[in-house]
Amino acid sequence: MSVPRHLEFFVDPSRCIGCRSCVEACTECDTHRGESMIHLEFVDRGASVQTVPVVCMHCEQPTCAEVCPADAIKRTGDGVVQSARKPRCIACGNCVVACPFGVPELYIDRAIMMKCDMCYDRTSVGKKPMCATVCPSQALFFGTREQIHALRPQSMPTNTFRFGDQVIRTRVNVMVPRRPAAPAQIDVTAAMDERPPSRAVRLPVVGDDADPFAQVEV
Amino acid sequence: MATLPVDDLAITRAFGPHLSARTRGGSAVEPDRLVKTHCCFCGQQCGIQLKVKDNEVIGFEPWEDFPFNRGMLCPKGVKRYLQGSHPDRLVTALARDPSVASGFRPMAYEQAIERAAREIQRIQDKHGPSAVGVLGGASLTTEKTYLLGKFARVCLKTPYIDYNGRLCMVSAGAANKKAFGIDRTTNPWSDMVGTEVIWVAGSNVAECSPITTNYIWQARELGAKVIVQDPRITPIARTCDLYLPIRPGRDAALFAGVLQLMIENGWIDRDFIERETVGFDEVAAYCATWPVARTAEVTGVPERSIRKAAELWGTAKSSFLFHARGIEHHSNGVQNALGTINLVLASGRIGKPKSGYGTIVGQANGQGGREHGQKCDQLPGWRDISNPEHRKYIASVWKIKEADLPGPGVDAYEMFRKIDAGEIKGLIAICFNPKVSLPDNQFVTRALEKLEFFVAIDFFLNDTARHADLVLPGSLHEEDEGTVTQVEGRVIKVNKAVECPGEARQDWRIIQDLAKALGRPHGFTFDGPRAIFDELRVASKGGVADYSGITYEKIERQMGVFWPCPSDDHPGTPRLFEPGSDNPVAKGKGRFYFPDGKARFNVADYRPAVDDVSEEYPLFLTTGRVVSQFLSGTQTRRIGPLIKHYPEPRIELHPRLAEKLGIADGDWATAETRRGAITLRAMVVTTIRPDTIFIPYHWPGDKSANRLTVAAQDPISKIPQYKVCGCRLRPADGPPAYAQEREAQQ
Repeated sequence: MSVPRHLEFFVDPSRCIGCRSCVEACTECDTHRGESMIHLEFVDRGASVQTVPVVCMHCEQPTCAEVCPADAIKRTGDGVVQSARKPRCIACGNCVVACPFGVPELYIDRAIMMKCDMCYDRTSVGKKPMCATVCPSQALFFGTREQIHALRPQSMPTNTFRFGDQVIRTRVNVMVPRRPAAPAQIDVTAAMDERPPSRAVRLPVVGDDADPFAQVEV
Repeated sequence: MATLPVDDLAITRAFGPHLSARTRGGSAVEPDRLVKTHCCFCGQQCGIQLKVKDNEVIGFEPWEDFPFNRGMLCPKGVKRYLQGSHPDRLVTALARDPSVASGFRPMAYEQAIERAAREIQRIQDKHGPSAVGVLGGASLTTEKTYLLGKFARVCLKTPYIDYNGRLCMVSAGAANKKAFGIDRTTNPWSDMVGTEVIWVAGSNVAECSPITTNYIWQARELGAKVIVQDPRITPIARTCDLYLPIRPGRDAALFAGVLQLMIENGWIDRDFIERETVGFDEVAAYCATWPVARTAEVTGVPERSIRKAAELWGTAKSSFLFHARGIEHHSNGVQNALGTINLVLASGRIGKPKSGYGTIVGQANGQGGREHGQKCDQLPGWRDISNPEHRKYIASVWKIKEADLPGPGVDAYEMFRKIDAGEIKGLIAICFNPKVSLPDNQFVTRALEKLEFFVAIDFFLNDTARHADLVLPGSLHEEDEGTVTQVEGRVIKVNKAVECPGEARQDWRIIQDLAKALGRPHGFTFDGPRAIFDELRVASKGGVADYSGITYEKIERQMGVFWPCPSDDHPGTPRLFEPGSDNPVAKGKGRFYFPDGKARFNVADYRPAVDDVSEEYPLFLTTGRVVSQFLSGTQTRRIGPLIKHYPEPRIELHPRLAEKLGIADGDWATAETRRGAITLRAMVVTTIRPDTIFIPYHWPGDKSANRLTVAAQDPISKIPQYKVCGCRLRPADGPPAYAQEREAQQ
């Protein structure tokens, strides 16, 4: 059993409504004992309702596995990176620190790292991951590239990420806008005032040794 | 006397809410069977498969074939199964007993029914049939609501029956009836995908009807422009093309101003207006009094945004407009809804694929629940209880004399005024929690305490049922079958998954047991929901809400049947008002449900809110939902994972206001109105107007937003004005008394 290669996972943060349906659905899987392997984060609730679901990106060369001193993290032949194997995991937390996406979590009570394994019990038998099935805004989607192209003509999937000098390719895709997106609404007052309020923005000014980040009014 | 038998906290200790958090199923447990049914919460009525093992619902499996939600669910749907086998579940009848620590003692079901009948009989013998009132719920199946309406009028012979849909969709329903002659959303939601512009008026779609978000955003992917009108930046407003930050309670003014700009710019469909409608000239004359500058001044929406809205809406070739409680929960809610309909009619875009108008149903069966007889002024089939022809027909179906059929009653809030005045002395309430859900609810509590006899039917001891003399243990959603009509007008089937536990009974059985114990069983001997539905089909035949061609089998075969469906060979009506469509009112003269077949423009008059902002109460208070909770929280405040999302109600306020008042995020703050005060933690966010505060309403007692709201009602629909009242806010003197005892628990 394996996850068919033509079926992929797509994450579209612009669609996330912060409902935590994915989080709750994830807890319904016994392989991680009622814990959710998805993180749902408010970017900054004080300033926006924007939320982001974070799942394991299932890297081609998983940093978490590379730094694991116990060789507890395995990647299956179909590209799914699994949670740490219980007999091997020493709960050192290297993977937690190393993952550039901030996904693995250490469960101290059980002395093990657990993370999203793309609902392997479901995806390897032809079902969709529970989170992507229930997501009411389809911020999480599981299907073919053709389907996502038809459903999201204004955005495209990307699975190549750069962290400093490190370039990572992942089995999970993030949807990014094809064109610059309209600015999201973040403060009601901006929509209330006839004249848009001036915004203080810090811009780097080359050659200004005294203050490399001058305050600029726009 | 329906006072609390013992201290409220003692009742809470015994009957909850306690939290059920145990994940019972998971992927490792093989269920005995999967039961295809629907979610028990909001009006979207998502399809879901319940996993059943050993007469217990242990989890769910997405139902991806069901066309509305295709497996999608919000967190309430995912965790709904945790209410089955819940420790708070009522499994016996309960009798009020102040000598018991919990305030209630178990009672044998048969004895409880006999006692209820005895008390009802006593009150009616002494004070007449009208001294007993009935309150129903809009989450009940259509079969139950039909039976309840029949029970009140035929068995109890009282005119006083109403339902908690009064708090939900009645403004929209009244406006729809005035404009179209029929009260239903016009198109299936799938018609949204491919439309040019979507206007969302007063609807926090992402939290109140999450599945609808996908339809809107899919439309946006295909090029639709999205307009959102709300005092808060909700998740759907975050990415919309045009955000209209309206002051609460000013919606009718905005619609008039927008229509005026459409008229000025020639962005109206003159041919359609001439051919298919009446009343436009009066509306145009009214809109002329709303130039854009005045509209901006009243609504708080900048002129440029009003102009942009008029242009986007007016120049589109296809469009979808829908609204929800944000514009309907007002003392001029009907006018607000009529304002949106005027925009739709003036555009000429109705009765077509990809062009629709609708109202988002809040409760599970807000639609079906009001069509078949538990609304105070309606008989089954959406018939008018004051119309002699309609009365005659229903009397013939119920095999009684027309003269024996009571006339119209009063709305749910007015029933409490009648209780307060001593006119109603006995009350039967089923799945209705007015002590939390009605405005100015401390008045409601005082009224409850005046009842001579109160019997509540529910599956958890809700906050209102704590006042009952008798509690009869009703049924959970998964313990019965029946039909529900969801947001699109699609009649669907709820299927039974498990048996009722202990002495709990399906609600229709309880109603019939009461009729039998009262010695009036005539017409209440159905052997199940199917038999009730079959009578309902006959009762609705020829009415506007014609269900006569709908059968359980057709529902299952078609995955829902859109009403009206007037005959066995009729497939149902997914889209209303298509050219050439027929209806029983116009009889071929036109597509709208009036004798001349024409739609009605109605002057949608702006009136300031009752108890608006003032020098003394300078802020707008508005209320609403959070995604993890449902209505008065009877069910969801018992589900642990849902409580974790949003454990306590908070007061949302803008940083500008917070700075002015000296309130920081997380501080205790006290909100006060003319009715009362509550102290909650502050949540400082830029996503709300600086002159407005927001409080979710799902909590009872000291945390109840409805301690603050005003009982002003729309004169036509009688919906309460939940969405605005004058308020003031200050830093709290200290933590509220409840914080020590209850905060961690609830």
